[in-house]
Formats: sequence, C-alpha cells, structure tokens
Amino acid sequence: MRNSTWREYIITRLIKLSGYSAILFVGLIFLFLMQEGAPALIKIPISTLFSTRWYPIENKFGILPLIGGTVVVTFGAALFAVPLGLATAIYIAEIAPPWVREILKPLVEVLGGLPSVMLGFLGILIVTPFVRTTLDVPTGLTAFTGALILGGMAIPTIVSVAEDALDTVPRTYRQAALALGATEWQTIWRVTLPAARSGVLTAIMLGIGRAIGETMTVMMVTGNAPILPTGLGALFRPVRTMTATIAAEMGEVATGSVHYHSLFLIGIMLFLISLVINLAAASVVFRQRKRAERILS
Amino acid sequence: MSRGTTSHNIPTQEGVENKIIIENLSVAYSDGTESLRKVSLAIPDHAITVLFGPAGGGKSTLLRTINRLNDLADVVHLSGHIWLDGKDLLDPHIDVIALRRQIGMVFARPVVLPMTIHQNLTYGMELAGIRSRDHMEKAIERSLQAAALWDEVRDRLNEPAVALSGGQQQRLCLARVLALEPEVILLDEPTSGLDPISTGKVEASLQELKQHYTIILVPHSIQQAARTADYAAFILDGQLIEYTHGKKIFTNPQDQKTEDYVEGRFG
Repeated sequence: MRNSTWREYIITRLIKLSGYSAILFVGLIFLFLMQEGAPALIKIPISTLFSTRWYPIENKFGILPLIGGTVVVTFGAALFAVPLGLATAIYIAEIAPPWVREILKPLVEVLGGLPSVMLGFLGILIVTPFVRTTLDVPTGLTAFTGALILGGMAIPTIVSVAEDALDTVPRTYRQAALALGATEWQTIWRVTLPAARSGVLTAIMLGIGRAIGETMTVMMVTGNAPILPTGLGALFRPVRTMTATIAAEMGEVATGSVHYHSLFLIGIMLFLISLVINLAAASVVFRQRKRAERILS
Repeated sequence: MSRGTTSHNIPTQEGVENKIIIENLSVAYSDGTESLRKVSLAIPDHAITVLFGPAGGGKSTLLRTINRLNDLADVVHLSGHIWLDGKDLLDPHIDVIALRRQIGMVFARPVVLPMTIHQNLTYGMELAGIRSRDHMEKAIERSLQAAALWDEVRDRLNEPAVALSGGQQQRLCLARVLALEPEVILLDEPTSGLDPISTGKVEASLQELKQHYTIILVPHSIQQAARTADYAAFILDGQLIEYTHGKKIFTNPQDQKTEDYVEGRFG
C-alpha cells in the first residue's frame, strides 16, 4: 500500500520533471543565443545591421539580404507546396480508391524521410541545369530552384498531416452532405475541409516550418549570394538564406568576434520567426477550441 | 415495364397510391455482409412504411439503395428496379444529385454539419441553386416548425449547430431535409440516440409529415415500429417475409418467422 503510493509519487514527479525540462531547455537555448547574439547589437551600428550588404570581411553586416532570401525561398516554397500538398491529401483521403491510398500514404511518408543532402544532390544534378536551360538564366542556382526543392520537401509533411486530419472527419458528415444533394467536390470544399480546418492549418504550418529551418538543401541550390531580392526577377537570381549563412560561416569564424556575434543574432531572428509562426498557428487552433468549449458547455 | 400499376408478384397494399415500387431488388457487398435477395414491395404515398427486422438483415441497404447513397459502398452485385413515379432510380444515367434532393434522408446519429443552425438549413438549398433570401427564410421557418424545433431555436439561428442537444440536432437534420421539399423521406433509426421525450417529438412530427410526404422508416425498436407504422415490412436475412398493415403485422402476423420476431423469440 505504502509502496504503491510512493511509486505513484515518484512516477508523477518524473513525468512532471520531463515536462518542465522541455521548457527549461528552450529557455536555456534562448539564453545562450541571447548571450552570444546580443553583443552584435551593441558592436554593430543599427544602420549597418539594416543595410543591404552582407560582407563580414569588410565589417558589413547587413542582414536584410539574408532575411529577404529566407522570405523569398520560404514563401515561394509555400506557394507551391501548400496547394499541391493539400490537393494530394484530399485525393488520398477523399477520392482515391482504397488500394491506391494504401500505396500512396506510405510512399509519401518515405518521401518525407529523405535526407535533405540527397535532395540537394538531386537539385544540383537535375533541377539546376533544368532551370538554367528552360528559363535561360545565367545560373540555375536561384531562389526559384531553392523554393522548388524546399516545396518538394514540405509537401510530404503537409500531405501526411493534412491527410490524417481529413481522415478523422466522420464518414457521416460526408454522407449527410451527399444525401442533401451535394456533389463530391462540394462535400469536400464546404464540409470535409472546414471540419478538418485546424489539422489542415497545422499541416501547413509544419510544412512552412520545415521549409524555413531547412539548411543543407538551400545551401546547395540557391547560389548563396547575399543580394537583397527586389522585384519578381530576383526569384531567378541567387539568394542566400539565414540558415545557409550560419551553416556556411560558423565553421571559420573567430570565436567572440563581431562576425561570430552577428551569426548568433541571425540565429535569434530565426528563433523568433519560428516562434511567431508557431504562436500564430497555436492561437488559431486555440481560438477554435475555446469556441468549441463554449459551445459544449 | 411495371409502373403505378404493379405486376402480380409485387406485394402491394390495397386502396392506396404507390409512390415507390421496388422490384426484384438484389444487392450484395464484396465482403458478403448484409445483402438483399429479390426484394419486391410497393410503398404507398402519404404514409409511414416501416422496415423492421434483426440487424444486418438489409434494412439500411434497402434505404440507401433508394437514394443511391449505396453507390459509395463496395457493392459487387446490384439488380432489379426501383420505380419512383415511373422512373427507374437504378438507371446509371439518372441525375443522382437531383434524386437525392427529391429523396431526403435522416441518419441514425444526428449529423449536423460544422456550421450554424441557419447555415445547416440553407446549405442544401444553396446546393439546389435556390438564391432567393426570402424563399430561404420562409423555408427555414416552415421546416423548423414541421420538425417541432422552431420554438426552441428561433432566437439562436446563428449559433453553431453542435451547440444543440442530441434530440434538437436530430430534429434539425429532419428540418434540413424538409427545407429541400423532398417527396420521400428516408429515416434510418432516427431516434436511436435520443431520449424518450425527444423520440416522442420526432415521432409526433412524422405523423404530421406523412400527410405531405412518403416516409420510409427503419425503427430502432419493435415498439417504435408498432407505434408509427401505417404499413410494415418484416425483412429477415435480405428477404421480405411479410408486408401488411402496421396494426395487423404486430397483432396478428401471418408468417411464423414474423410472429417469432414480433414476440421477441429471436433477434
């Protein structure tokens, strides 16, 4: 009797501890980033920081081109991965006959597990020359190429999560809509998708998150030129993303130098961006849940 | 072709106008469950026809075949005819979407769509191409009243439909069907999840509705079958055993199997 309450006590404490440790680690990472990155804010004048030139050897630490690069590549990837991913998820969950579904679902999941270096390889060997010759641009290492491949990487995530969400919508919803005289497409668009909204949104956020954080592939295919992308034409010129900058330069930077601190500052910004995206997604889901709770009470 | 006048082998009720005539209907699924074998019966207009029998006997299949919702299921064999006003519903070229508007269905568990009460009612009408606000508002009030729900929801039409209780949801589903002004209403155990009071309300509205519609009901108990049936068909293992007046079948069944079932000796 005594023994079992003891065990209960220890187990619940352990579970609690591991819960708190997740918060602790995030806090520690953030503290470390701040400690290493904040000095950059002091040592580099704000005007330099928000200039358009990133050239550390000459003490030019303008991070705008890097932010621009990340935004262009991520946005481009999302633009093409979200519709395609959702369409695939809808096809697998709603339209495909069972045997097709049984093949496609695991296949998509395998795709999601491909190491990003491999995709970078494919990008350099196949996509890059293709982009160069078909679009007739000086180099195939462009933001567009990066977006294409990143989008491809985000698709499996989006498909997999969105398909699960669609799958949990009760069959009876569809039958009810069909019995009311809705076509298959009207049922999907007006009933199934809205019912799975929060899951679908999570899928999109996870997909975008994957695209933002991706380093290896973009480093291999975007050309890595820190030029501020302006206008539509910039899509077909080389860019450099924040992640690629950190990965490429961290290895040869002198610890404690201004350059070193500036790389950590970029890390902080990435951290903040992903935090904002996660919070945005969470708040949408949370708002819906609160609404549902209000309804059910 | 057999039409309003039926050929001799289809069980028909005397002195009534038939709305639906089912002729030699056979259905089989790929997994071998719940099939129908050569079922024939004529279903009268302006009455409640009850299909009853043990679970897995084919009642739901019969309902779902009538509005072609069974198209979605894994059907390996389908033969026979279902005539509605002389039209064969099983004709592959028929407009299934229009058919489903003509034949409304209420399911065993209330399925309100994830929208407001108001939108749940307008959804089907919008799909049917009705654009007139005025027409819609009138149809909403009329159908909610017919489903005995109007007084309970008139002030909260813009609240999410999931906020309603189970019984209210089921009546909303019924109202949603009525708003489309169908000719036939199929109900598949519509009160199985409801408390006795809600069940009473649904049954009472069905008695009103039968004056304007053809109603086919799969009841969730024999008691309900006996309470509601104008005509009743006993279906066992995919076959029609007996089909006659509701009063008669529950008090004086002709077939031994019907008698056994009605008196609770099996099933």
